[in-house]
Amino acid sequence: MEKKLGLATRDAYGQALLELGRREPRIVVLDGDLSSSTRTALFAKEYPGRFFNVGISEANLVGLAGGLAQAGKIPFISSFACFMTCKGYDQLRMAVAVPHQNVKVVTSHGGISVGEDGASQQSIEDLALATSLPGFIVAVPADEHATRALVYEAAGLVGPVYIRTGRPKAPLVHDAKTPFRLGKGILLREGKDVTLAGNGLLVFEALAAAEELAAGGISAAVLDLHTVKPLDEPLLVEWARRTGAVVTAEEHQIWGGLGSAVARTLARQHPVPMEFVAIQDTYAESGKPEELMAKYGLTSRHIAEKARQVLQRKR
Amino acid sequence: MRFQPLPVAELPAAVREIRKEIIRMLGTAGSGHPGGSLSAAEMVTCLFLHEMRHDPGNPKWEERDRFVLSKGHGCPVVYAAMARAGYFPREQLATLRKLGSPLQGHPDTRFLPALEACTGSLGQGLSIASGLALSMKMDHREGWVYALLSDGETEEGQTWEAAAFAGFHKLDRLIAFLDYNKFQLDGAVRQILDLEPLRAKWEAFRWDVQEIDGHEIPQILQALRKAKTVREQPHLILAHTTKGKGVSFMENNNYFHGVAPTAEEVQAALKELDGDPSLSQELIAAGKVKRGGK
Repeated sequence: MEKKLGLATRDAYGQALLELGRREPRIVVLDGDLSSSTRTALFAKEYPGRFFNVGISEANLVGLAGGLAQAGKIPFISSFACFMTCKGYDQLRMAVAVPHQNVKVVTSHGGISVGEDGASQQSIEDLALATSLPGFIVAVPADEHATRALVYEAAGLVGPVYIRTGRPKAPLVHDAKTPFRLGKGILLREGKDVTLAGNGLLVFEALAAAEELAAGGISAAVLDLHTVKPLDEPLLVEWARRTGAVVTAEEHQIWGGLGSAVARTLARQHPVPMEFVAIQDTYAESGKPEELMAKYGLTSRHIAEKARQVLQRKR
Repeated sequence: MRFQPLPVAELPAAVREIRKEIIRMLGTAGSGHPGGSLSAAEMVTCLFLHEMRHDPGNPKWEERDRFVLSKGHGCPVVYAAMARAGYFPREQLATLRKLGSPLQGHPDTRFLPALEACTGSLGQGLSIASGLALSMKMDHREGWVYALLSDGETEEGQTWEAAAFAGFHKLDRLIAFLDYNKFQLDGAVRQILDLEPLRAKWEAFRWDVQEIDGHEIPQILQALRKAKTVREQPHLILAHTTKGKGVSFMENNNYFHGVAPTAEEVQAALKELDGDPSLSQELIAAGKVKRGGK
């Protein structure tokens, strides 16, 4: 599978915000002293009257957003995924989730592909935390096209949304014409033997795994389940039924991410053998992103291996 | 229709009625927080029945002033004031803390949309109020955002994140009352985590600070008037109060931080608030009143 790198998803977010700033005067952007990393700095430069760098204070950042939303603004708030969800969690709960405020939480530096900065900056729990908040929509775009489309979509609906972006350049798996809806997955490749369902950077890895498997005579379907919550249950169940086995793949702790959501859905609606590519209940470390993805089991090779394993359990 | 402010002369009677509603509500509910509701009665009454621009018949009126109860456990005083202002019938006060009631144990906008914020996790209200004030400033609106903080909750770091933000951004439409009743759940603030010098702390965060007796209505109204003349700074009204104010056996008795009065205590308190402390004195003399940490 040819790897064509696009923008980092955080860069696509920065661009999308600029466009949104032009379209929607109610949008206000808050950042916690990471605007050059989350890319909200682009918006800050263009719309200084609607941008507030609140300093290194995530709890206040989220609380302010709750107040702005209550006043009718549409706050987009950004920080690193780990800081926003871990330091701002009680505020995401009380100032955003309980009152169902129209706040869009778009974080960067999701997962371990952050690289050299090490465990403190690598968010592996944010999706478990965000999906636990009642009423939140939670999504992980795979590439720049997905990011732009999902950020626009989030801006247009009323209610809290969490979108995780990443630091490194993301391989292109979609194009500008791909239709994106929050809550609707995308079938990227049909297959007969097994379904590979991923999000974020792992969507490309799943496509690459499908090619590797095809070379060995195994036909794998690939789904981009960019929205973890609400999960596209009809699409997932359809392909679980067609292929009879499912492997999930995500750049997240195995507890509480996409794999958990998929397993819960299939257990109720169409149980099939499953395997999970995820971070196995551990924190990562410093290193090059690709070294970390290899060491912590998040590459196409790992997905293909899990696919072969799950096929052995198929009836 | 915009709420017609009560004449100043009628406020003391309204405060007394609101204190009685607090006692009745909590007695009926069988749980809740009397101490911090009673200590804020004058401030909340002055705001809801005199100072604030609001419309109980149209709680989402765009031009309304905003009020955030950061010390969410003190909601009975706010519910009582809202009922008095006409947001809902006063009979509804008896549903406090009951299943399906708009009057949740801590403020919850899902059940009472006239509230501006869901609070009860301490330390959050000043950030939310700052967001409201920031929006007002961005839109060049003329309204005011009021917040009511407890003393104990200023131990939360978020309070100071918000204080720094509001000071730096000169949110002069923001007026926060700090109900300095000197107690928190486990005992005296000065013994658990002394906040002093509290005035100097807020001033250091660039706030316009006034210190008042929070039970003196003229001082509250005067402080509000003065705050509104000071530009380019958010305003803190540091209100010295007595926890459990108005009911002798509850005053400075931290047992009543989070315990509702019994039927007997309700009766005594209501009578005392009507000017006859005899039943309260009997309760105390009989050694029936439990006391909490000082």
